[in-house]
Order: sequence, then structure tokens, then C-alpha cells
Amino acid sequence: MSETSSSLTLPDPTPRKTTFSGTLYRGNEGMWSWVLHRITGVAIYFFLLVHVLDTALIRVSPEAYNAVMATYKNPVMGLGEVVLVGAVVLHAMNGLRIILVDAWPWATKHQRLLFWIVMGLVAALMLYFTPTHLINVFSPIEGGH
Amino acid sequence: MTTTIENPNYAYPARSAGRRGPNLEKAGWIFMRASGVVLVVLIFGHLAYNLLWTPGGIHAVDFGFVGGKLAQPFWQWWDVLMLWLAILHGSNGMRTIVNDYVHKPTIRAVALWAIGIAAAILIILGTLITFTFNPCPEGADPSLLPSFCAEL
Repeated sequence: MSETSSSLTLPDPTPRKTTFSGTLYRGNEGMWSWVLHRITGVAIYFFLLVHVLDTALIRVSPEAYNAVMATYKNPVMGLGEVVLVGAVVLHAMNGLRIILVDAWPWATKHQRLLFWIVMGLVAALMLYFTPTHLINVFSPIEGGH
Repeated sequence: MTTTIENPNYAYPARSAGRRGPNLEKAGWIFMRASGVVLVVLIFGHLAYNLLWTPGGIHAVDFGFVGGKLAQPFWQWWDVLMLWLAILHGSNGMRTIVNDYVHKPTIRAVALWAIGIAAAILIILGTLITFTFNPCPEGADPSLLPSFCAEL
């Protein structure tokens, strides 16, 4: 391993004043993006396990597949789907932010700004998704299943 | 006030000196980023096509709709690639979390094996189903099948 040639000198970050100050790790954007990435990742993983199994019923019979899909059409599940898509969108946008921060020095310096850009993109994408999806969820079901 | 961060390469080398063989953790690090970018395209496409661009959205998802999609090689390959990448990306993420929080060796081994076995089962199951799927099973109620089944 080569001898160190450079070190990085940075001003101390000024943490936001929060009720969490005094705990191990004070609430800056970097911490919250890390926390959200983990929580959304675990949630999406467990949904993925269920979703592969429910889709596998398509090999059993049309009736079995339609019965399990009917549970996704329940309004309560419909609201859950908004939360799930929100988790997917957040994990996706924050993942792209991580790649930029790793690969591009400008992004490393401006990771705080990038966090808020991620939040803005998530809000915009959810404003696109949510109305269409909720109209579908709460519309009368044709054919009456 | 300023803080000086030493160049981390010296005190904590990314790899122990003398370690041989492929660097699997580095491969995993690259895989998470590469698969992540592809998954953004595959999953956003999956969600937009099924839930936004198909009239009725979630209410239109049934055997006829999904059977009609999985009868086409384009969607078969889309879904299988999404399955493999999502399971591997998710399982590797769960492995990272177990490594971070589970310190007892036995529980850690059980958790890692459970993640690995679940991943293998779901990848094999999903891949077999996608490529052996029959959209027009014999004797099924014709009203539940994709419309093209009537022409067979």
C-alpha cells in the first residue's frame, strides 16, 4: 500500500439544531438519506419476496392468480401501493445520488444540495403517479369481481 | 474550526496486504451500482406500463393481462432480467445489513443462509415460470384468458 500523499481539510459541518442533538449522530442530510435508503430497501425486499410468490400463482390457474390479484385491488392495499411506489422512487433517486457522490467530485462536495434535489424529484414523480393510481383504485370495478 | 481527514488509503487499506483471489466485495460494490441503474429503468417501466399507461391500472391486472404480456418474448426477458437483478440487489443489500447489525456468529450464519436460500428459490421459481408459462391453459374459463386464446 502506497504512502499517503494527501489529506483532505474540511471545515467542520454545522449540524442543524434538532431534538436529536447529543445523540451519536446528529441529523444532517447525509444521515437521513442513509436511514431512508436502508428502511426503503428492507421494505422493498420483503415486498419483492411476496410479489414473486403471488406472481408464481399464474402458473397454477387463472382463478388462483385472479384471486390473489383481487387483494391488490382493495382500497386499503391501493393506499399501501402509493407508499410502496414512494419507497421505490425514493430508493431509486437516492441510489442515483449515491452513484454521483461516489463518482464525481462536484457531487461529493454538493451532496447536501443533491439530497434536496432527490427529495424534489421524488415529490414530482409521486405527483405524477398518485392521482392516476388513486383514481384507478377508487373507480368502480368493471365486470364486478 | 477545521477537521483534517487523513487519506484513508494508508491507515485502512481497502484490502489486506497479501490477500489473493478476486476481490468479491469490490465486485459487489460495483454490482450494486450497475444493477441499480438498470433496475431504475426496468422497475419504472414496469410500474408505468402496468399501473399508469394501461387503462384501469391496478384493476386491469389479471390473468388475461399478465398472461398476454408473458406470451411475448420482450416482456419475458424484461421480467426475468428484473427478477434476477432485483433479487440479487435486494439480497446483497440485506447481507450488508445483517453484517452491520448481527454480531452473534450463529445467528449471523443462519440469517445469511436464509437470505441466500430465499434468493436461489425465487430466482429458479420465477425463471422457470416465465419460460414454461402457458397463457391459454386447456379447460380454463375462456373469459379469464387473453383474447388471442380464442383464435387457437
